[in-house]
Amino acid sequence: MTDTICAIATGMSVGAISIIRLSGPDAITVVNDLFIEKDLTKVRTHTIHYGHLYDNDILLDEVLVMIMLAPKTYTKENIVEINCHGGINTTTKILETLLKKNVRLATPGEYTKRAFLNGRISLLEAESVNDLINATNDASRIMALNNIGGKLTKQIRDIREKMGKVLANIEVNIDYPEYEDELQVTHDLMHQYLTKFSTDLSLLVDNAKNGKLINNGINVAIIGKPNVGKSSILNFLLDEDKAIVTDIPGTTRDIVEGSITLNGVRINFIDTAGIRETTDTVEQIGVLKSKEKAEKADLVIYVVNNNEELTEEEIKLLDNLKDKEIIILVNKNDLPTKIDVEKIKKYDIVYGNTKNFDGLENLKKAIIEKFELEKIVNNDMSYLSNIRQIDLINKAKEAIDTALKSEKDGMEVDIIEIDLKLAWNLLGELIGDAYTDELVDNIFSNFCLGK
Amino acid sequence: MYDVIVVGGGHAGCEASHIAAQMGGKVLLVTGNIKNIGDMPCNPSIGGTAKGIIVREVDALGGLMGKIADISHLQIKMLNNSKGPAVRSLRAQADKITYPKNMLKALKNTKNLEIKEAMVEDLIVEDNTIKGVITAEGEKIASKTVILTTGTYLKGNILIGSENTPGGPHGEKRSNYLSEKLKEYGLKIMRLKTGTPQRIKKDSIDFSVMQEEKGDSHYWKFSFDTPYQYKIEDQQSCYLIYTNEKTHEIIRNNLKKSAMYGGYATGIGPRYCPSIEDKIVRFADKERHQLFLEPESIYYDDWYLQGFSTSMPRDVQEQMVHSLKGLENAKITKYAYAIEYDAINPLQVKPSLENKILTNLFTAGQINGTSGYEEAAGQGIMAGINAILKIREEEPLILKRSDAYIGVLIDDLVTKGTIEPYRMLTSRAEFRLLLRSDNADLRLREYAHRVGSITKEQYQNYLTKKEKINKYIEFLKTNHLSLTEENKQIFIKANIELPRPNMTYYDLLKRPGITLEFLEKNFFHYEEDLEILEQVEIEVKYEGYIKKTFKEVEKLLKLEEKEIPEDIDYDKVANLANEARQKLKQIRPETIAQASRISGVNPVDISVLSIYLKKEYNHE
Repeated sequence: MTDTICAIATGMSVGAISIIRLSGPDAITVVNDLFIEKDLTKVRTHTIHYGHLYDNDILLDEVLVMIMLAPKTYTKENIVEINCHGGINTTTKILETLLKKNVRLATPGEYTKRAFLNGRISLLEAESVNDLINATNDASRIMALNNIGGKLTKQIRDIREKMGKVLANIEVNIDYPEYEDELQVTHDLMHQYLTKFSTDLSLLVDNAKNGKLINNGINVAIIGKPNVGKSSILNFLLDEDKAIVTDIPGTTRDIVEGSITLNGVRINFIDTAGIRETTDTVEQIGVLKSKEKAEKADLVIYVVNNNEELTEEEIKLLDNLKDKEIIILVNKNDLPTKIDVEKIKKYDIVYGNTKNFDGLENLKKAIIEKFELEKIVNNDMSYLSNIRQIDLINKAKEAIDTALKSEKDGMEVDIIEIDLKLAWNLLGELIGDAYTDELVDNIFSNFCLGK
Repeated sequence: MYDVIVVGGGHAGCEASHIAAQMGGKVLLVTGNIKNIGDMPCNPSIGGTAKGIIVREVDALGGLMGKIADISHLQIKMLNNSKGPAVRSLRAQADKITYPKNMLKALKNTKNLEIKEAMVEDLIVEDNTIKGVITAEGEKIASKTVILTTGTYLKGNILIGSENTPGGPHGEKRSNYLSEKLKEYGLKIMRLKTGTPQRIKKDSIDFSVMQEEKGDSHYWKFSFDTPYQYKIEDQQSCYLIYTNEKTHEIIRNNLKKSAMYGGYATGIGPRYCPSIEDKIVRFADKERHQLFLEPESIYYDDWYLQGFSTSMPRDVQEQMVHSLKGLENAKITKYAYAIEYDAINPLQVKPSLENKILTNLFTAGQINGTSGYEEAAGQGIMAGINAILKIREEEPLILKRSDAYIGVLIDDLVTKGTIEPYRMLTSRAEFRLLLRSDNADLRLREYAHRVGSITKEQYQNYLTKKEKINKYIEFLKTNHLSLTEENKQIFIKANIELPRPNMTYYDLLKRPGITLEFLEKNFFHYEEDLEILEQVEIEVKYEGYIKKTFKEVEKLLKLEEKEIPEDIDYDKVANLANEARQKLKQIRPETIAQASRISGVNPVDISVLSIYLKKEYNHE
């Protein structure tokens, strides 16, 4: 057990503080590389240090770092705990930066496992570790297979298959050099392949960063005519007075953001200025921003007034948003119905009112149903598996870039291949369908050779 | 009483008996026919990709194959010489008369080694322990250990079309009962198949329409201990030809008549040496397949038709051969045939090659499910070494996957088993940058010295070589190049990017396009053997990649250190998955690393197992 592991020790909900914990021989040096105020390798054990973490020149966060030297620690190894500001973005960023160093993500239950194997905890305690390892590994395996969207899995598998074919071709050139009829993987060809793999993987890295619900949360835009109750709805959802609420139409000019966690997934609410034609220039910017935000949102909550008829303008905007996920909230159901529900019945509708908050809980339920949040196993786990995926994809991309560099340096194809094989293995780990003799099988199913 | 009895005089048997005797054991080699010692019943070559590296490893361990090949070949080549150093490998066309003759001579000159002609049909077994062998004539010969290297002779069957004749290669006698006896003693027996192509009479071949394949114009040798013993200009050529549409048509029309497609054969043939009918069926869209004509010997006229192995009947083979360009009038001196034979399931063998069921019984070569002379030799030498170590009551020598191709070979066999004859391939080795042809002595001579399988002189030569390499590298590290105007011009002229001023030769050598030869020619003088130069250049130039590989090796070694006690009861390990439990019970891996390579044993199971070991055995 000589490698160093790290993981987020606190839950992934939005809290004031998150703790990232590292364990292993390099724990201190790795954090020290990011920490600028002092040399953490020289400090006494069990001490706390205030400072800032930097990824090269980019400030990550203002932190408190706790240094605990082996053996008087939970795992009997060097342990560092980083107390950083809560929030998924900051914590994730720090974790990702650490993973780029000589550190890997801890597997579920690994701290406890190390504590046991290093003789820190008793046999009795170990029995439960055993169970834990079993349970969590199964869950994480299922997640690794199911939780990456089917489309993403397919993309990865496609890239990996292409890599596998190139590898098999290179191996055939090596093992059967006298078979001149087979395609020879030359430097030029290798360059083409690698450039393509690099582009493909870059796309995946971006996708993994931008697209994943669990990682980034769901952006929700609350949209509607002025004074229809948007700010009150946000306040209810956020359970605090973050947005300013008045009776004067057009008060909310700035877009106010706030987040809640539903079933472990972060929901970012965006309050918007009322949508209506206006001559007020300050407010015009607000309207523009509203439309813009709606475009960027994964979900639009469109608020209408039960007590008023729908305007042409509202119908038009709804039509414009037809490629978005939409939930319509019919507000003010305490007042007489004047709205023509027929015109909007093709959308998911929730009825409620902001006067006594009747029915607004249903809004949360509607969001959960719409994004099938109940199917996401468990927030921490999903998140972990996602970071693991991103970590693996990043490493695969790095390997391909290293291969490209070797190619540029004029190294032989079979040397360049070392890093291509690494990338192929990493992607195999990611989608979970690698097996030991895969390459050899690949060679014999695709090439015709032998005495 | 003998220390070791070796049954079978093929490539595994030769190495096993020779090394055991060289290590001081009293050894008896029993073979069905002394004339067939070191016989090459199939292709007339030694080495090849990956296999050539095994030959170098056998030599580094003190074996014979490389030395005999060096004095018995008609042509030698370094395969993949334009590729990276990790994949280069030697192949020699060996003379089928000279090689066995030289091998027999070497064995006869080996002290402590006796050779006897007899067919072994049973073993003397007491309490699952081997005490000797029993011949067909009923003679009992006692020994402390027995090494079985029976090749294809265990219930061998020769298949040509629908004809099925009991016997070994060349129509030799087969062993009829030994595999049955092994079954009685509790071993699992499997049936394997391999094949060999036609031999063609030299003066019936029209070489003028074929593409000539010459030997290298550079001197090469397998052995680390002997000088070059051939002349480049004396090498014989091989020839390249292709199948054509007519050939394919003949095969397609007669498919039902082949032993394999007609259903006459029961053994499993290897994927990497498919019969020509297999190739035509599986790769239907390929218009032609490459074939090679290789000389078998300068003492007779048979040429080997590589790539054309088949189990078709004789008349179809005639048509097939005559459809080939340059072979229209060819006279077939020996028809292609398939051979089926019994082998033991290698999962019953320990990494030391001792049997798990029968103590003091070792097996090597085709009996363990492999294919190839080199694979056989590699196992043979290990079985010989470990039989002697067993008698000395010392720890067995087990080469790791990061030590040698031989280590990869044996680990694959005893951990994963095999259902087809196993052939070594470069792609099977995960650390191939370390397992190079050039450094086999640096990898293995230390082990060989420790167990006493090489002489003091051989060891001393190795130490001297190592010292020379280190000295040269030290020189490169401590000397700098001053970037004078004159020196700048040399780089510009050679079209190499200008380096930073005052770099060491060591750092310069790492740069793209700069070779040791270039540096030595232009900037300094350092007298040294080519062998040393090659080693220094590889070690410096590929240092980054080698280091990366070593890091991977370290991870593996950590797991290799974790031994699993022999008496472990897997039924008592809670929470193992059912498949993992079954596999672990069957294979009984010796280390956690070996356990982790078994298919069906997942990382979770390894965690569970580690925790159990810690709990029950206070295992670190």
